[in-house]
Amino acid sequence: MRLLRMKPGHGEVLIAEGDIEIAEQEQELIAAFRAQLEQGMWAAVPVVAPDGRRQAELVRAFDEVPRDAERVIFFPRAAGGC
Amino acid sequence: MLVALGACAVVAIVLAAEVGASAVKRSLVGWRVRVASGRVEDIAAYDPGRERRAEQRARELLRSCVGDDDWAMYRDLGFLRVWGRAGSGMRAGHGVAPYAYLIYPHKPIVAYVPRSARLLSEYCVAFPDGERPYGSSRLPASDDVLAKWMALTGDEQRLIENANLHLAGRQLDPHAVRADIAALDRWERERLQRERRDAGSVPAP
Repeated sequence: MRLLRMKPGHGEVLIAEGDIEIAEQEQELIAAFRAQLEQGMWAAVPVVAPDGRRQAELVRAFDEVPRDAERVIFFPRAAGGC
Repeated sequence: MLVALGACAVVAIVLAAEVGASAVKRSLVGWRVRVASGRVEDIAAYDPGRERRAEQRARELLRSCVGDDDWAMYRDLGFLRVWGRAGSGMRAGHGVAPYAYLIYPHKPIVAYVPRSARLLSEYCVAFPDGERPYGSSRLPASDDVLAKWMALTGDEQRLIENANLHLAGRQLDPHAVRADIAALDRWERERLQRERRDAGSVPAP
């Protein structure tokens, strides 16, 4: 699983990468995940729906991330603009 | 005597005003210099090559997330269409959702009725990065589109609650948006015809 973060001037940046089935690496992923949420990021997991449509799931905790997810994308939380 | 005192008072007032004006003038000049130097720093931090590379990475990420059809839509038309939650499960050619959104990079999201092309509202939303790497809080254009797409498809209500709602036409020209909707209809029809033609064609021996 890879944790990616969108950044101005960069595109996506790799925050952490690891095998969720290996306890030590899972703990590192969890720590990195929490750190991003504490910085005010939103977390999304791109998925394919049963009907084949692409969509995303917004997750608020690491245990909401599907175990087979390949990546979690963090992006700054939405704010009213214009 | 009184006349002399009055004259002295007038001179004193004029001198005080002169000194005060000089001080104000100096602080104004200093402020302008500070503002100007800030702009110079911003300009120095701006690197068009870096921004281009960032946008290229963002486009690749968007492409990998939204799938071939939506990617082609964004590549060809410059925006994405996302069905409203009530239209879940409906796709072009298989039914018409009650409402949909158009996602533009760094512009408001537009809600509209696909059946009539009636514009409903604009949702002004941004994803400002507080860390401001290189002095800017703005994501690359395609990352902005992807963030809107993920938020809309993942939790439409949450995004809408965080956006500023305006009547259609406040930021975006309604004629231009209707032209985009018409272009999207044409684009989908042509794509469908092409798919049918390709499916029906017999490969040459």
